[in-house]
Amino acid sequence: MAETHPFTIEAFYRFASEKRLMAARCNKCGTLLLPPRPMCTECLSTDLKWVELEKRGKLLTYTVIHVAPTRFQSMVPYTVGIVKLKDGLKLPGMIRGVEPQELEVDMELEADFDTTLPSEWPTWPRYFFRPP
Amino acid sequence: MSAGLSKFGKREGLYSRELFAEAANEAFKRCPNLEPKKDIEALFVGHMGESYEHQGHTGPTVSDWSGLLPIQATRVENACASSSVALRCGIFAILSGMCDIVMVGGVEKMTHRTTPDVTAFLAMASDYPFEQWHGITFPGLYALMATAHMHEYETTEEQMAMVAVKNHHYGAMNPKAHMQKEVTLEKAMSSRVIAWPLKLYDCSLITDGASCLVLTKPELEREFTDTPIHVIGSGQASDAIGLYERDNLTTLKAAKLAAKEAYQMAKVKPKDIDIAEVHDCFTIAEIIASEDLGFCKPGEGGRLIESDATTLEGEIPVNLSGGLKSKGHPVGATGTGQAYEIYLQLTGQAEEKRQVDGAEIGLAHNVGGSGATAAVHIFRRK
Repeated sequence: MAETHPFTIEAFYRFASEKRLMAARCNKCGTLLLPPRPMCTECLSTDLKWVELEKRGKLLTYTVIHVAPTRFQSMVPYTVGIVKLKDGLKLPGMIRGVEPQELEVDMELEADFDTTLPSEWPTWPRYFFRPP
Repeated sequence: MSAGLSKFGKREGLYSRELFAEAANEAFKRCPNLEPKKDIEALFVGHMGESYEHQGHTGPTVSDWSGLLPIQATRVENACASSSVALRCGIFAILSGMCDIVMVGGVEKMTHRTTPDVTAFLAMASDYPFEQWHGITFPGLYALMATAHMHEYETTEEQMAMVAVKNHHYGAMNPKAHMQKEVTLEKAMSSRVIAWPLKLYDCSLITDGASCLVLTKPELEREFTDTPIHVIGSGQASDAIGLYERDNLTTLKAAKLAAKEAYQMAKVKPKDIDIAEVHDCFTIAEIIASEDLGFCKPGEGGRLIESDATTLEGEIPVNLSGGLKSKGHPVGATGTGQAYEIYLQLTGQAEEKRQVDGAEIGLAHNVGGSGATAAVHIFRRK
């Protein structure tokens, strides 16, 4: 996918379907934007570029979901967490490949991609996290 | 000048508009000198979800059923903080000079839907593409905060359960509360897991209900009531919709900013508050609220609940209505429902067993979603 694509959430997920974790960087003030946005929220510049993020990060917090909306009911219990990536940006997502009792704040995780879903609004290919 | 609250609970066979009329009727009856159809110039009503009843356009609908047509009627939506924001709209209307008397309030009808449906509707107050899409539920968001709080400050599941025990204790004394029954610590701790570390008794209730206030300017208040309550402070702030975007997962920055604004306007400090209603949508939320409002230092909310400081006899009684936990959380009605409780307490009209003796200053803390909106109001008896 071309890196001239508009700085949208849809583009983020289209990159994800290519197994890439992409953010926007402001060419004026250097701020990294995740989710990407059409305008820098710090200096309001629209002079942006796509940058690829490192997939590794540390788990900041987590929960094990037992009661879920219908769409996710077949998956319970499942684990979700917020991961702080190496670039300092944070992303929430499901954590796979770790038993709930083995989860620990600060553990290393890596983003991976489930590309089996159609890449159309509002169903995107999901990224998720797993032990490296 | 006046306030009304419908019975909170499972109100089978009623639509939102009928619940709102029940609250409006109480507010009218409290104020015999008020001629609602002639005097009230505007209505602002908090209502979160049109999905529940397949009904939007809440403003004129509830206005009609309350006999207030054809005045302007506006729906306000800021998730669970909708009616506190409606209250602020009413304050703006009066302070702008455009209105002398307004009604503000909120309503939600939820219990006729299944739990998975309600879970999905409530999740709409969170970010869709990064939170809902990854299976993060509303209890899940507060569970993420709870895990972070436990990790950073050694807050325990038992301390969270103590919030439930306290709030159910007071809810049992409130005839308008949804669940008027005590719960033991053992029962709360052993209830089924919803989103670890949050269990069933850490979660507020899915409830039907409505609430309202009638506001006027100080120059007119004595025409309508001998016991006016003044709004002496009002603050509202916003934060990122996504919890994950926030700098700190153990505090709600918007709530701290809203509290700062309200305290400054009111010229009072946390220690001056005689009674507080805080947004305990989950037990961890009351712990975080007590820190954000300055009732204790950051990280000490768990120990504050252990110390009994937030009981009727304590230094800062919190959620003597039963809170969202036991009184119930009909989301759109919650903010002005908290204000209703403060109105009762400051006018000495709460049930005797849960009335703070001589309460003069009260605070209401209302949070939308996982903290993207927060509004804080401070009230004083005149």
